[in-house]
Amino acid sequence: MNQKLHTGPEAIENTFTLPDQFDNWFAGKGWQPRAHQLELLSRLQNNESSLLIAPTGAGKTLAGFLPSLIEIASRPKRKPGGAHRSIHTLYISPLKALAVDIERNLAMPVEEMGLATKIETRTGDTPAHKRQRQKLAPPDILLTTPEQLSLLIAAKDCERFFDGLEIVIFDELHSLVTSKRGHLLSLALARLRTFRPNLRTIGLSATVATPSELCQWLVAQGPDGEVHESSLIEVTGGAKPNITILKSENRIPWAGHSARYAMKDVYHAIQDHKTTLLFVNTRSQAELLFQELWRINDDTLPIALHHGSLDVSQRRRVEQAMSDNALRAVVATSTLDLGIDWSDVDLVIHVGAPKGASRLAQRIGRSNHRMDEPSKAILIPANRFEVLECQAALDANYLGSQDTPPLIDGGLDVLAQHVLGSACAKPFDEDKLYAEIITAAPYASLSRENFDKVLDFVATGGYALRTYDQYAKLRKTEDGTWRVTHPRVAQQYRLNAGTIVEFPKLDVRMTRQRFGKGNNARGPMRGGMMLGRIEEGFVEALAPGDTFRFAGKVLRFEGIRESICYVSNAADTDPKIPSYAGGKFPLSTFLAEQVRAMLANPESWKRLPEQVREWLEIQKVKSILPKQDELLVETFPRADKFYMMLYPFEGRMAHQTLGMLLTRRLERAHARPLGFMATDYALGIWGLRDFGHMFKSGELSLSRLLDEDMLGDDLDAWLDESFLLKRTFRQCATIAGLIEQRFPGKEKSGRQMTVSSDLIYDVLRTHQPDHILLMATKEDAARGLLDVQRLGDLLSRIKTRIVHKNLEQISPLAVPVMMEIGKESIAGEAQDALLAEAAEELLR
Amino acid sequence: MTAQFLKQREPNCELEIAGEAFVCDPSGCLYWPEQNCMIVSDLHLEKGSSLAAKGRLIPPYDTGETLSRLQLRLDYWQPKVVISLGDSFHDADAATRIPSEYHSQLEAMIKGRDWIWIRGNHDPKAPGNFSGEDAIELTIGAITFRHEPQSGSSTGEIAGHLHPAAKIKRRGRSVRRRCFVGDGTRLIMPSFGTFTGGLNIRHKAFDGMFSEENLHAWVMGQNSVFQIHARQLVS
Repeated sequence: MNQKLHTGPEAIENTFTLPDQFDNWFAGKGWQPRAHQLELLSRLQNNESSLLIAPTGAGKTLAGFLPSLIEIASRPKRKPGGAHRSIHTLYISPLKALAVDIERNLAMPVEEMGLATKIETRTGDTPAHKRQRQKLAPPDILLTTPEQLSLLIAAKDCERFFDGLEIVIFDELHSLVTSKRGHLLSLALARLRTFRPNLRTIGLSATVATPSELCQWLVAQGPDGEVHESSLIEVTGGAKPNITILKSENRIPWAGHSARYAMKDVYHAIQDHKTTLLFVNTRSQAELLFQELWRINDDTLPIALHHGSLDVSQRRRVEQAMSDNALRAVVATSTLDLGIDWSDVDLVIHVGAPKGASRLAQRIGRSNHRMDEPSKAILIPANRFEVLECQAALDANYLGSQDTPPLIDGGLDVLAQHVLGSACAKPFDEDKLYAEIITAAPYASLSRENFDKVLDFVATGGYALRTYDQYAKLRKTEDGTWRVTHPRVAQQYRLNAGTIVEFPKLDVRMTRQRFGKGNNARGPMRGGMMLGRIEEGFVEALAPGDTFRFAGKVLRFEGIRESICYVSNAADTDPKIPSYAGGKFPLSTFLAEQVRAMLANPESWKRLPEQVREWLEIQKVKSILPKQDELLVETFPRADKFYMMLYPFEGRMAHQTLGMLLTRRLERAHARPLGFMATDYALGIWGLRDFGHMFKSGELSLSRLLDEDMLGDDLDAWLDESFLLKRTFRQCATIAGLIEQRFPGKEKSGRQMTVSSDLIYDVLRTHQPDHILLMATKEDAARGLLDVQRLGDLLSRIKTRIVHKNLEQISPLAVPVMMEIGKESIAGEAQDALLAEAAEELLR
Repeated sequence: MTAQFLKQREPNCELEIAGEAFVCDPSGCLYWPEQNCMIVSDLHLEKGSSLAAKGRLIPPYDTGETLSRLQLRLDYWQPKVVISLGDSFHDADAATRIPSEYHSQLEAMIKGRDWIWIRGNHDPKAPGNFSGEDAIELTIGAITFRHEPQSGSSTGEIAGHLHPAAKIKRRGRSVRRRCFVGDGTRLIMPSFGTFTGGLNIRHKAFDGMFSEENLHAWVMGQNSVFQIHARQLVS
């Protein structure tokens, strides 16, 4: 069924012919329909669903809409005064901005062909009167987001709204499916299929590691575990990108993420090109880079900043300037990853390690948006480990490797939201609902038992102590269907619908008013320009007078009023608070493997800069370079402490989990650990006893210490007391509708009406540890936050391959890790330590 | 990420109000050795079912949890007198709605003690189906117990109602915990109930109650109370 197509400038002849209107339009443009566009069309006309995988610039969007445009054009005209037709095609995009962009892009062909097709968007920004009108007089093609679709299918009259629906198009499917939004969307799709059993779906996707997963996602799965897949059209080819790693004259730092050393080189590259996109991994990096560039911007080139925390209007201005070709460079984070079309980018610079080969490929695809010309990209590693990672990514991109994460089973919290939404639309039969849900690929293996638990949770809270039956939200009626017990239930649902939790954010506004340190004056603050939105967690830790970097400026924190964070311009050029969290990707498994292979093979070092090569050479002399499947463990004393360094290269999250578990074990073995530090590449543990000596004397066994059984009881015990789970629980409980979404600044008034999720978590853990929400929380944490799977793979891989090297002093590989120690804030477990410190100040 | 580990500390903390000596413990109970009296505030029993009736199906285990923690404190301090400082029940029906097993559990705690129910805004009537005495407020020597603290300054008052919580910021992180708050002349107790939240003591509800100079928060950590001076407390 699979089609691999190589499209070049010359399109392959296809026996299939387009309607005249369309043929003429292509001819008028001097174009020919591309092979994959015709292929997709014939699949759809053959009543098949299909996944189209193509690189950017291959005309994916037009391909996706062509079948719909042709079918709609061939429908008989509606008689004046006759009944309105339902929507024919639903288009789902992960981003509002993308839906708006598509509306603009489709307008041109529709107008030029003289089609009467009505195309409209429906997003969170669509005014109420327009939504109302859309329900009465639906457009032919509706462009919307997953959240809006969830709301649509929870409405009472929704079946009629969709009764002429033929095609659903999912854009950027690869990015949709990996999240909880994707889970909710798959359930909505299952509902649409119940309404319209012959519904066809189209998935548009960038290259992914396992296309078959997306093919399954697009179609109904069989009831007894039979796997069904849509057809697949894969467009390969396009010109090979031209990627290099920056060869700077300057010294590459051991550690850190700023890439300050390379600023001059970056600036010269911008001068030498028409338009440059600079990608970074975190918002703080984006802020820093932007400022550094302006500091040396002697030609005052128009350089802009774009990241998800900036105010929408500011982002739109940048996007507009970009499409007008008014900018020479934009510094951006992942907000620009997705396929919004920009014209004249001729260089992509990636600062920091790419963290994943697929991510790199996607970002590089942004330059020269015509697939027949090679894209040009420069990678800029910020430290020495990143040099290795960049080189690995570069090798991978040439090999066309893919490392998108595997799909995971659908979340139970998301399912709870969907079940309640189903009841809000109309009473349901539980057997039929279950049968519908397991057609959705992420829920294909959902057990009936878990479904029943979720249903019980939605109805009465799912508590073993059955005291809430009298307060049920859903009740089974005499005809065997489940109904909502009160109209209020549906109202509450609509407020919560489609919520896939975000961390609360505060508006950031300029103000003139100044407060001294520790001043808690409560007068009103005058609000000036809105700069954007920032995580509440970051702001909470600031004291008035602290300075930080945001929106391209160094700002002084003045205070919080309601849900607004007030700031003023700071006099300092270097902020006091170094960075804030957000947007950090772990090193992909695939790249990690490449890096380990590179370390093990001195032949491959030739491609590395000389200073990095030297670094590895010295490591080889002073310590050991591990073979590809080995785990190197170094021990050495430094100052008054003893250190143990492990180099698993499995990403920060897995290392963090390993660190937590190892220190527990070391404590039990009386090795007196004091703390640990996890980076993407290594884990460092320090303590009061000589670990190296303990290994040598046999008092401590490395293989026992790193035995796989740590993922059993030790993990459970740690999870139980970990603060990390509380945050995950808050998300699950909000998605499942147990608690309301928190709005910063509003919580004070509701003190008696709400209960904090932390308290609920503690109580549930003690009294009903098998509650469905705790199950959902643990599953989430295990795969997201803790990377348990990856840690498990690591432990089983290195079982008999642990190499220990006892050293008199620090090794070259350990230097970057040591330099990170103390730079970062301490973990939540140590909150009492902060209280103790504050209490001790009394004694001074 | 870096993590550090903690050393052991003494759990309780002594404090003085209007010249009388008290001990506060990390669960949020206050003990008056001279009177062999334990004070606990804002139990909010049956808050879970109260919210469930309004459509928020949060877990029903709060009453059981609150009572078992209370039992632990009674076993620890062995008080002759217990003062429940108001808002003992979350709503007017809560005392009658309480499941019978919890009713007998609480009755067993009351038995053999002088148990005083101070009235609160959530429970303006004394719970008729429980033993113990009913009081609007209670004065023992220099100390007056009432639910809602009087505005302005007030010498010798111990109150609840506000659910005080303290927040500190250090090294780029903030910690927020329930606390006792006082200035040597009066004290406001933390809430004891499992599902009760906290109000930052920098909130305007606390304005004018304390002398800032002598203001301390006794902050409840995992296993011990930390006495922290006002200058370190933030909003």
